[in-house]
Order: sequence, then structure tokens, then C-alpha cells
Amino acid sequence: MILAVASGKGGTGKTMVSDSLASVWQHPVLAVDLDVEEPNLGLFLRPEPVRDEAACLEVPVLDPARCNLCGACAQLCQFKAISLMGAQLLVFPDMCHGCGGCMRVCPQGAIQKGQRVLGRVETGLTASGIRCLTGRLRIGEAMSPPLIAKVRQHLRAMADEAALDVIIDAPPGVSCQAMMAVQDVNVILLVTEPTPFGLHDLRLAWQAFRSLGKPMTVVINRAGLGDEGVQSFCREMGLQVLMEIPFRREIAEHYARGGVLAEFDEEMRDLFTGLARKIAAMAGAGGHHA
Amino acid sequence: MILSSIRRIAITSEGPTLENAVDPRFGRAGGFVVVDLESMATSYVDNDSSQVLAQGAGIQAAENIANAGVQVLLTGQVGPKAWTALQATGVRVAQGIEPMTVGEAIARFKAGGFAFSDAPVR
Amino acid sequence: MRELVVISGKGGNGKTSVTAAFAYLAEQKVLCDLDVDAPDLHLIAHPALRRSGPFLSGNLAEIDPAACAGCGICHGVCAYGAIQKKGGRFGVEAAACEGCKVCVALCPAKAIAFHDRCCGTWFESETRFGHMIHAQLDPGQENSGKLVTLLKAKARERAALVGLDLILSDGAPGIGCPVISSLSQATLALLATEPTPSGLHDLKRVAELCQGLRTRSAVLINKADLSAEYQAAIHAFCDAREIPVVGHLPYDAAMTTAMVRGQAVTEGPVTPFGTRVRRIWAELQPLLEPAWQARSGEHQS
Repeated sequence: MILAVASGKGGTGKTMVSDSLASVWQHPVLAVDLDVEEPNLGLFLRPEPVRDEAACLEVPVLDPARCNLCGACAQLCQFKAISLMGAQLLVFPDMCHGCGGCMRVCPQGAIQKGQRVLGRVETGLTASGIRCLTGRLRIGEAMSPPLIAKVRQHLRAMADEAALDVIIDAPPGVSCQAMMAVQDVNVILLVTEPTPFGLHDLRLAWQAFRSLGKPMTVVINRAGLGDEGVQSFCREMGLQVLMEIPFRREIAEHYARGGVLAEFDEEMRDLFTGLARKIAAMAGAGGHHA
Repeated sequence: MILSSIRRIAITSEGPTLENAVDPRFGRAGGFVVVDLESMATSYVDNDSSQVLAQGAGIQAAENIANAGVQVLLTGQVGPKAWTALQATGVRVAQGIEPMTVGEAIARFKAGGFAFSDAPVR
Repeated sequence: MRELVVISGKGGNGKTSVTAAFAYLAEQKVLCDLDVDAPDLHLIAHPALRRSGPFLSGNLAEIDPAACAGCGICHGVCAYGAIQKKGGRFGVEAAACEGCKVCVALCPAKAIAFHDRCCGTWFESETRFGHMIHAQLDPGQENSGKLVTLLKAKARERAALVGLDLILSDGAPGIGCPVISSLSQATLALLATEPTPSGLHDLKRVAELCQGLRTRSAVLINKADLSAEYQAAIHAFCDAREIPVVGHLPYDAAMTTAMVRGQAVTEGPVTPFGTRVRRIWAELQPLLEPAWQARSGEHQS
């Protein structure tokens, strides 16, 4: 079972819901942080590090001895990562999208495979046995999608190897990186807040993700805070609200101390256990194991 | 670079005529007015091929300049990647041109009123 | 031209609410929503649309089934897994297509078209706060920063046209391309944060980004009374980096209450919360002065 915890709006509680679900999950589980720009899941799950490796993108490196300045590479490159300036071939590796086209079209074999560091892929294990996988974008690296793709490769390998269920903490928004995080999952859980911003961005997320045809469901965080717009929207669209987390200062303070909400008290533990069961049922009903 | 060895110059421009305003941008400039300093004949190089790019507009613009056969570029500012690209072409760049028309910029250049840059503005 | 860009690293730290609050207070400015992925500023600004247009960026490959010989070379060379065989024929999955043109170039039958890609829509509007430039990126599209760059250019054009010298920009969360693009030529980046492990963690990353881009920064601590420990940690971090903390806002439903009313938190009835935001706006003014930039020797255009 693969679950993606996503949202349109940032700061609604994706990480909070992800770490709580992971802590009560009955089956061996892999908690994956695909919010590679600002990965926070590990701050709450606190895994012991197991591996930490660089993730790289293949970028062109020119062998000037073989280059005959035919310009076929520059002609093809859509991203201006390799260009012909008069009698000089210039490579801008941080513009490269890693398509490999230049290497394929070079008739002289003058373009070798170099690397650009995208960030890190970290794996770890918590004291309670939750496996963790995190992508961490290098600061200054402009593109998240290539790193997300690498982490997803690790995700599949790890989940298949140990028959793990997977909980993905997705990045906010509905652009390319968010879509990548919710691809090929069994259930999409949208975390929102009952405010005008929350509603607007929930609608964006619902519109964006429903084309994937996966079961979608909602958790409302800070319930009682704003207005009824989100509830009305969910009713209208037939979106089931599986859980509401009340707007209470002590919950925010627990989070501010780095606490996992499912460990706050009995009530929260029961709420999240119930949520986990309902999600597993949704996945079982429509989907298949990882 | 000795002023007398400069034959053709390019000025980033919002349009094709000498009355058009100098475009402060390089990568996404409207185009370049190219001037032959001897004959004072002018022509216009459209920079549309750069503007349509999601990224690398400055690099494409540098390619356009390289193909225009000029020795000098007058503009507002050039970004770091475009700067690297322009260095490869051997074109000298004068940045920081204030609001003025292309015609005024040419006159100012001929009078020696611009200094060549050693680095991109940013 | 001066530009204040409000960013945060972590989402949900009040970027949009604070930008709207400043929009109400700032006399002469152009408002800009650079969070093109999930824009929310319009929910407070209530823009009246004046002009809009398609945002074209990149390309999309499309296989012509009539010309396709089924050799599968395209499938083999696509680095993004965007070409799949479905129902016996090869097709391009638009969401995965990067627009790299490799399949187009290598198709022996020349059966692949390469279309311009419409990724979203930009808007130029009027609001009670003044001119507003905003956009909506279409779902699943790459947020390359090009749309952000376009909006900033439009904001500058509009400001110059009407003789204004201040742009107030609501930025995006994260540290990726759209954030990098939003910081271009910014006079000041205001980093909104919260005193929590994620708030501090994400603040450090976005502050490092600003430092690398040589962008002047200041910090605003939202929900500041949630944790004395983390508030102290944020201050310690800012002191060490010489980043001014321009104010604290308490954990309070005030921003949401105003949002539900469709107003900025500085609009409407005077509240202690709104008064604090006014004070923060006043604190920011010297940091937005061009003279201050010149003194520290940085070039701004």
C-alpha cells in the first residue's frame, strides 16, 4: 500500500499527519519525505541515519580533442545547457535537464557523462522500527523534479525488497513536483485547513490530482478555526473527510516541541489509528500492495 | 580595445529604429540594432528566439550577437551565464546604459562616453 | 525601483496574509503574487481583471500514429519515461514530457511533432490596494521560474508606467527555481518563520539561499509565543548571520478572522494584532531605502 499525503496549501499539516500515521501503522512501513526543498519529516520521526549518499544528474562534459564544432548538440539542446559561441562550445551544467540528447547526437563521441549534484538521499531507521527515506535538495539547485525521481527509484526498491507499506510526505502545491509525488500511489490524502486559502488550494489539488483516478480523501486540520467552506466543498464533491484535528493551542505547542501528534494523548492515538484503518481499507478496496 | 578597430556595434533595443529606447535587458531584449560605424548603416536583429525560451535566454541572445558579427555590445545589464557566453564570442560589453534612445547611445559611444565592463552587473 | 519579496521556506507561515497587510498600509506600490503554483493573495485583494494572456513555456512532443512505424526508439531514448506503449501504439504522457526534443530528433520516421506548451495564465488586475500582477500555473506543469520572471517584469513595467517605485511581492514556499527567480533584483527578502523544528530548519535553508544570491534579508517570527526555546534558537541563528528580526506576531486567529472577512489583517477594526503588523511595516522601511543599499556597497538596478 502506498499513501501520498498531499495538499494544495503549504503548512496545513502534511508532515504532522504523515509522522503520526507512520507511528501507528500496523504493517512494516517506509516513511518517505518527497518535499525535497524543505524535508521536515525526519525532525519528528528522528531516525538513526543508515545511509546518506549524493544524488546526481548526468550532465555533458566536453572532450575538446574530439569535438569538431559541428554544433549538433547545441542545435538539439532545448535548455541552452550546451551552446556554440562562434568557435567555442560552451557547457552550462546547471541548465541541464539530464535528457542525454547531446551525447546521443554527437557524431564524434566528444561528449562524456559528467555529474551535477542534485542533493542527498538519506535513509534511516527509527527506534520503533519505522524506515525513513528522505530527499534533500542541495541549496542553490533550481530543479526539484530530478531529485524526486531519484528518491522514488529508491522508494520502489526499498518497498519491494521488504514488502513495506509506504507513506509519502509530499511537497505542497500542484505543480510538477507535487504531481510526481502522488503518481502511482493507492490513496491520496489531502490535508487542508478550514479557511479561504485552505479551500482555494484544496480545490486546486482536487482538480489537479483527480485525473490520476486514485481514491482521494481529506483530513481537516485546525478544525473550528475559520469557516465552513471546506466542509461544504467536500460534501459537494463527494470527498470523504476521514478525520478532523481540532484547532487547539496545546496541539500547536506539542508540534512546536517536535512532538508526533499521535503520541500526544489517547484521544489522538485513537483518532490516528482509526484514520490508518480507513486508509488501509480504501487502498485494499481499490488498489494493491506495494 | 582601440576605438578605431571597432567596426560594428550592437545595442539592445525595444524596436528596430534609432528612435526606439535602449532595452535595459540583454537576454530578453526585444532585439538588437546593429550599426556599421563607417557607413552608419543600421540593421535590426530580432531577439524573439531568446524570449520564447523557458531558460537560457541570455545564452541564446549571446548566440544571436555572435552571429551578428559585432565587436561591441551596449546594454543595461547582462546576467552571469550570458556574460560567460559573451566572453567566448570575444565581444566587449558596456553595461549600465541609462534610459536613452538607440541613436543617442550610438552618439555617446562614438564620443567615447561608455566604459567596457569587466564583469556582469549581477 | 524597490521590491520587497516575502518568502518563507516552510509553507503556512503567513506570507500571503502579511503581504496583504502591507498592501493595505503601503501608499504607492504595485502588488505581485509570485506563488504561481497555489496563489492566494487574490482572495484578500479581490482583483478586477484588466488583461490576461496565456503563458507559453517549453514544448510537448506528440507522436503521429499514422506516421509511426512502431520501432520503439523513442521509448528507449526518453529519459523521463514519458513514452509508453498503450493499446499497441506508442504515445507521449504529457505530464511526464520534459520537452527535450530527443525523441523528435531521433525518430527515423519523423513521426513526432513538437508543440509549444501553454502552462498557465497571467493576469493584470486592479484592486483596492492598487495594481496587481498575478498568475495561475496549470496543474502538473514545471514551475521553472519563467512565469515568476514574467510577472516581475510586468510589475516593474506597470510601476514605471504609473510612476511608482515599490513592488510588494508574495513569494512561494521552498527554495527551488520559483523562489530563486522571485529573489532576482529584490531590495529585501522578508523571511516569515515560526518557532518550531520545521520553522527553524526551513528558515536556515532559505536564509542560506538568500545569502548565496546576495539578497538582503530580514526575519519575521509568526506564532512567536508557541515556543520560547525555538524563538530563542531563531534569534541566535539570526544574530550569528546578522539578519535583523523585524518583529514577532503572536499565535492568534486574527489572520484567519480577517481572511474569512476577505480583508487584510490591518484593515477593518483596529486590533492589537493589526497594530503589531503596522509596527513591523514601519521597522521595514529603513531596510527598503535605496540609500541603505548604496552604503553597503551593493549594486541594485
